[in-house]
Amino acid sequence: MLGFANAGRAGVPRAGHPGASIDGMGRFEEVLGHVTEAEAEFGHVEVRGVALAFGQRRVFEGLDCDFARGRISVLMGGSGTGKSTLLRMIGGLQRPDAGSVRVAGDVIETSDEAGLAKVRNRLGMLFQNGALLDSMSVFDNVALPLREHTDQTESEIADRVHDRLAAVGLLDVDDLLPGELSGGMLRRAALARAIVTEPEILLCDEPFSGLDPPNVSRIEALLTHLNRDRGLTLIVTSHHMATSLRMAHRILLLRNGGCVEGSPAELASSRDSAIREFLGKDGAEHLSRCGSEAQGAKG
Amino acid sequence: MMNRIRKLGADSLGQVEEIGEVVRFGGRILLATTRPPFRWRSFMAAVFDSGVLSVALICASGITVGFVLGLQLYNTLARFGAEDSLGTAVGLSLIRELGPVLTGLLVTGRAGSAITAEIGAMRISQQLDGLRMMAIDPIHFIVMPRATALAFVMPLLSAIFVALGISGAYLIGVELLGLDGGSYLAGLESAVEFRADVLQSLVKSLIFGLLLGLIATWRGYSCEPHSAGVSRATTSTVVTASICILLADYLLTALWSV
Ligand SMILES: Nc1ncnc2c1ncn2[C@@H]1O[C@H](COP(=O)(O)OP(=O)(O)OP(=O)(O)O)[C@@H](O)[C@H]1O
Ligand SMILES: [Mg+2]
Repeated sequence: MLGFANAGRAGVPRAGHPGASIDGMGRFEEVLGHVTEAEAEFGHVEVRGVALAFGQRRVFEGLDCDFARGRISVLMGGSGTGKSTLLRMIGGLQRPDAGSVRVAGDVIETSDEAGLAKVRNRLGMLFQNGALLDSMSVFDNVALPLREHTDQTESEIADRVHDRLAAVGLLDVDDLLPGELSGGMLRRAALARAIVTEPEILLCDEPFSGLDPPNVSRIEALLTHLNRDRGLTLIVTSHHMATSLRMAHRILLLRNGGCVEGSPAELASSRDSAIREFLGKDGAEHLSRCGSEAQGAKG
Repeated sequence: MMNRIRKLGADSLGQVEEIGEVVRFGGRILLATTRPPFRWRSFMAAVFDSGVLSVALICASGITVGFVLGLQLYNTLARFGAEDSLGTAVGLSLIRELGPVLTGLLVTGRAGSAITAEIGAMRISQQLDGLRMMAIDPIHFIVMPRATALAFVMPLLSAIFVALGISGAYLIGVELLGLDGGSYLAGLESAVEFRADVLQSLVKSLIFGLLLGLIATWRGYSCEPHSAGVSRATTSTVVTASICILLADYLLTALWSV
């Protein structure tokens, strides 16, 4: 069982990914050894004993989880289990009732706005609804963080903005207002804004929902690339089972106010009926397929 | 009975708490004005939206109020044979009271409510949170330019209102009812003092503008996160700001004459 889980771990996330290079795989193996540098280091984002309730509705009760540096963590869980709320908490937009949240060592829950601003300079966030400023053009929206926080010239900014817009597959949208974009375009424009400042940590709320298959692949490749080549710590929430399982180094399944954490393979081999039910037939099949492929490759 | 008392207590505490929050919010706006860069572009856009686009309304209202004042005061003064002091009466009532107060109320309905609705909509669509996540303070970026623009345009609009009102009364009194134009203007000129009247008028409207800027932006910034919350906040801006303007008018008038 253990052997299977290990083999699965090494193989699952990137197996079959078109962009996976030998180099990438090699580094991946190393990262996934039993004690790795990344694991030995404290989590890039640490959530400890967090409790939160909205009135009578308890969202978290003693939630503990870690998001390791330079890894892709996928948050899963049914609708309303608090995935977006957890991301908001990491960004300091929502204070927990109890417990602590640390981002790169900085305590979030007691910081004031000025302290939070410092942390947020290292964070990028894609909101579930995009949250672009609707009175500004797409170009100005994406350029905004650069204009605010860097002293780049307008032409440097324009280059960077166009580069990021192209990376998310948006061309000729500069002068459109967010209201004139489709849902999928809006989300991609928002992603371009979130990555334009090259954050260390990227929080993505449902980056794939509402996208057509080519764009799902494009965004997946982009996020994977940012993670692999820039060492971006990525925290993604997603209902997109196949994509998440392919990308994830760790999967965190939120439920009952807490979370179950594991590599995709560990979750796949879990005997917990609730987990199996959540992963569904597709997810489990996908995982065991990847697992056996990897095992085949090893053997 | 006990429950009612309890509710009353809780409500009053809530009110007091909110006043505290509003004061803190005002402090943050004030602080934001001192922190560079000043958002000239947004400020000018807000001046255009709240000020320039209100000019037509202010002109129309000013001149009609002038007409009415001209007629009413003429009739009243004529009973005492004092028609010649029409200029004085119109000038003083417009400059000291009607100009700033009516302008305040009109701008509240026209621009204050719009600002609340705009900021409220930004709040419920998480645009403010989006700004925060980019380490941009929404008070500096969104609230401050709009609040300062309201405070800036109010005295100007009030001055336009007064000028149009005086002209309206002139038209009625002189052109229609046959008063002597010279004595209308002479009465106006001799009665109006700079410190007691003009300065009072400007200070009043500046304060109304500050109050409206604070209330309108606060209501939008703190609205409940749903569309009914935005509409409630908008209504509440109009009600609260109107009452505050009338109360402040009384207080300022009382203080000024001390
Ligand atoms: N501002 C709020 N006020 C009251 N309740 C809230 C608020 N925000 C979230 N909740 C509640 O918290 C719970 C978690 O919400 P959240 O948006 O985090 O869910 P989610 O896991 O992101 O769901 P989805 O997958 O549908 O996006 C929900 O039950 C929701 O009703
Ligand atoms: Mg969500």
